Amino acid sequence: MHLGIVLYFCTTNNIPMEHIPDAHIPAGPLEQKWTRHKASLKLVAPNNRPGMKVIIVGTGLAGASAAAALGEQGYNVSVFCISDSPRRAHSVAAQGGINAAKNYQNDNDSVERLFLDTLKGGDYRAREANVYRLAELSNFIIDHCVAQGVPFARDYGGYLANRSFGGAQVSRTFYARGQTGQQLLLGAYSSMNRQVARGTVKVFSRYEMMDLVVIDGEAKGIIVRNLVTGELERFAAHAVVLATGGYGNVYFLSTNAMNSNGSALMQCYRRGALFANPCFAQIHPTCIPVHGTHQAKLTLMSESLRNDGRIWVPKNREEAMKLRKKQIRPSEIPENARDYYLERRYPAFGNLVPRDVASRAAKERCDAGFGVSETGLAVYLDFSDAIKKQGYKVIYERYGNLFDMYEKITGEDPVKEPMMIYPAMHYTMGGLWVDYNLMTTIRGLFAIGEANFSDHGANRLGASALMQGLADGYFILPYTLPDYLAGKIGEKDLEISHPSFDTTQKQVHERIMRLTGNSSTIPADIYYKKLGTIMWEYIGMTRTASGLRKAMEQLDELKTDFAAGVCVPGSQYTLNQELEKALRIADFIDLARLMAFDALAREESCGGHFRSESQTSDGETLRNDRDFMYVAAWEYLGDDQKPVLHREELSFEFAQVVQRNYK
Amino acid sequence: MNFTLKIWKQADARSRGLFQTYRLNDITGDTSFPEMLDILNNILIEAGEEPVAFDHDCREGICGACGLYINGRPHGPDDSITTCQLYMRKFEDNAVIYIEPWRSKAFPVIKDLIVDRRAFDKILQAGGFISVNTGSAPEAHTHLVSKKQADLSMDAASCIGCGACVAACKNGSAMLFVASRVSALANLPQGKTEACSRARAMVAKMDELGFGSCTNNGSCQAECPKDISIAHIARLNREFLYCKNPGPR
Repeated sequence: MHLGIVLYFCTTNNIPMEHIPDAHIPAGPLEQKWTRHKASLKLVAPNNRPGMKVIIVGTGLAGASAAAALGEQGYNVSVFCISDSPRRAHSVAAQGGINAAKNYQNDNDSVERLFLDTLKGGDYRAREANVYRLAELSNFIIDHCVAQGVPFARDYGGYLANRSFGGAQVSRTFYARGQTGQQLLLGAYSSMNRQVARGTVKVFSRYEMMDLVVIDGEAKGIIVRNLVTGELERFAAHAVVLATGGYGNVYFLSTNAMNSNGSALMQCYRRGALFANPCFAQIHPTCIPVHGTHQAKLTLMSESLRNDGRIWVPKNREEAMKLRKKQIRPSEIPENARDYYLERRYPAFGNLVPRDVASRAAKERCDAGFGVSETGLAVYLDFSDAIKKQGYKVIYERYGNLFDMYEKITGEDPVKEPMMIYPAMHYTMGGLWVDYNLMTTIRGLFAIGEANFSDHGANRLGASALMQGLADGYFILPYTLPDYLAGKIGEKDLEISHPSFDTTQKQVHERIMRLTGNSSTIPADIYYKKLGTIMWEYIGMTRTASGLRKAMEQLDELKTDFAAGVCVPGSQYTLNQELEKALRIADFIDLARLMAFDALAREESCGGHFRSESQTSDGETLRNDRDFMYVAAWEYLGDDQKPVLHREELSFEFAQVVQRNYK
Repeated sequence: MNFTLKIWKQADARSRGLFQTYRLNDITGDTSFPEMLDILNNILIEAGEEPVAFDHDCREGICGACGLYINGRPHGPDDSITTCQLYMRKFEDNAVIYIEPWRSKAFPVIKDLIVDRRAFDKILQAGGFISVNTGSAPEAHTHLVSKKQADLSMDAASCIGCGACVAACKNGSAMLFVASRVSALANLPQGKTEACSRARAMVAKMDELGFGSCTNNGSCQAECPKDISIAHIARLNREFLYCKNPGPR
């Protein structure tokens, strides 16, 4: 029941292990844990709230919703975002939808089932209590978003429409065309704007967090860089909330926005916050394939397309070869010569298997020589059947904006010939370790949304990221943060003149000076692409012990080369995008190393983490529950030191742990 | 493909800007516009020069960060796209391409091609929301919304706040931006309660921030990357007029 405090010393790979802090999972039956826990949390009375300062870094779904909800309660909230407006946070790009256990389709969905699907989807590497709470809160999110004016899709009767996503056999995904993330973010951003007008929330746009200020073991503020003037500034608060999203851009090419980065996470990690499951990264199966060498990012095609699109490659290699050379067109290949490999391998879930499974299956076919694009690294996603059965109008209404987007990028109409897709880096399940209250191992530092590790285990199901970000921001943090703040009432006002602010700011300044001091002319992008190659090759879809060791060597080399050779032109005291980039790459290199450590230590396959050494005879992931049923939380000891592994053992009291099977 | 680029360079808001000319060779048609600028910037860095500053983020047309005035058109010579969705195959080989920031009194230049669009945030803060506190929402099916209404609302709500409408307008008006938010909320039953005060507050803020007036020119609609119709401006005007003269509709 309890995620016990377990002490371990020294096992695999000579990584020392020590105790994990208490995750504070409440006792009692699963369905009563959150309710009971809420009742036990301390409160801050309305008259005391305006005196309590909270810093939120990041304005995606998690950050904006938390800012809105805390502002509504009357706290004094300062919000920081790197873009020119909070509305541009990368949540905006989520296309497909948001899950909730409403059971509006009467297909036997329930909180229990959403809980089990999410847990199983994550390959039993997430906490039961957290995942249950997430499922429990999902319905309130839909209620609230509808009230905010989010224009979810409706049926003709005026009721909310649903569609299906991978890893589920029910229709529980709510959506707003292919722009669900944008609409939910506009909802959260609008609610936050309302609080800006009321004076409870202040927004600092074009500010980037540079470091966390820790005083006596507690988070007391941040150092930020004003991205317009280049000046470093200090902000103090009673608590700091990190909502900075994921670190998928460590792969250079990913579906993440260009400015998404892992720097704030790394700053907190270096200040003592444990980093959990860093190697759990999600490769999304349906992205537009890479073309050319100057491409800077990849574009996702929503998972919702797999509701109606069928994935296939030709059955024989000669035809694949002809397709690559454009000697024949895919529509010329007869039905019986096509291999709908997901339907063949996974008849129960078909094209709607979870992302990790679909990605590996695509890679397997392409590696075996059946890939179809010029590079041989693509499979087809075909709508011709759906259009035949349901009509063009219905299908276009559902996916029109995605079809248009595809055509703009590739110059091909997916209605005439099937889309070409290939897996790409998309989301990171890993993040800062947090307890049940979403507090990290630094007191007063909280992490919400993709920035924490909490709910998705080793693989996130589609349409669950929006759900988690909003659950954290609207309904969890606004209850758990006051419990911490209650102990800070009456604490003397915070001073940015405290010596810790001086020291931290000085360290940030030195970090910047080191990067701007080089006299070389090698752009940061050169190193960034090298990093991406190492990541995709050795810490990508398939990982091996020897490959990971090689990655570590190459990363050490890259780190030295980068520090000595990167060119950051211009002054630091101006808007300097190359400096911003270089600072982020420096952190990505360290993060990559941490991911390699984690991937090496986890000698099993689970979810998105596939170690070739651990697979079933038919190439599926093979978990090792006896030795690896734990959250790996890493502690920083120094740049030149190996990180220390802390294991939070996972125990499953309510769900039956089974080998994942989507056949 | 080869191009001659005439790019607006400006050190900061107070400095004077000017067009700088760059030659760029061997670009493939599959290169997106920001990728082309990435290539240029890396060449400039290698030559010891300062790169061109420009805003960009999602690079898939949804965040609204990128916005360049290309050959006299916001987001360049293609319809229904943002700058990041513009591909170099849309240009002739050896073309001369003029690249400028948005030009509007309400959007001062920060550096080179980057402008300050916080005025848009301020307009939305003035009333672009439904006043509902977290926790007080009724069950989602309490209010039914016809598919038609939901679709209309979604059409308006697809605005990405890029500012192309302002850049395209000879008056520098933000009417289409304001209308999209007003209309998105006014088309839903849950947004009707505040429809009147919302329209009034947002229009007042728009005027205060130095945006121009609307003269029904329609260039905003022509250049909107999300094809938002000026019919939403008509809806805004209705809400606004009703607000000034309350009575039976």
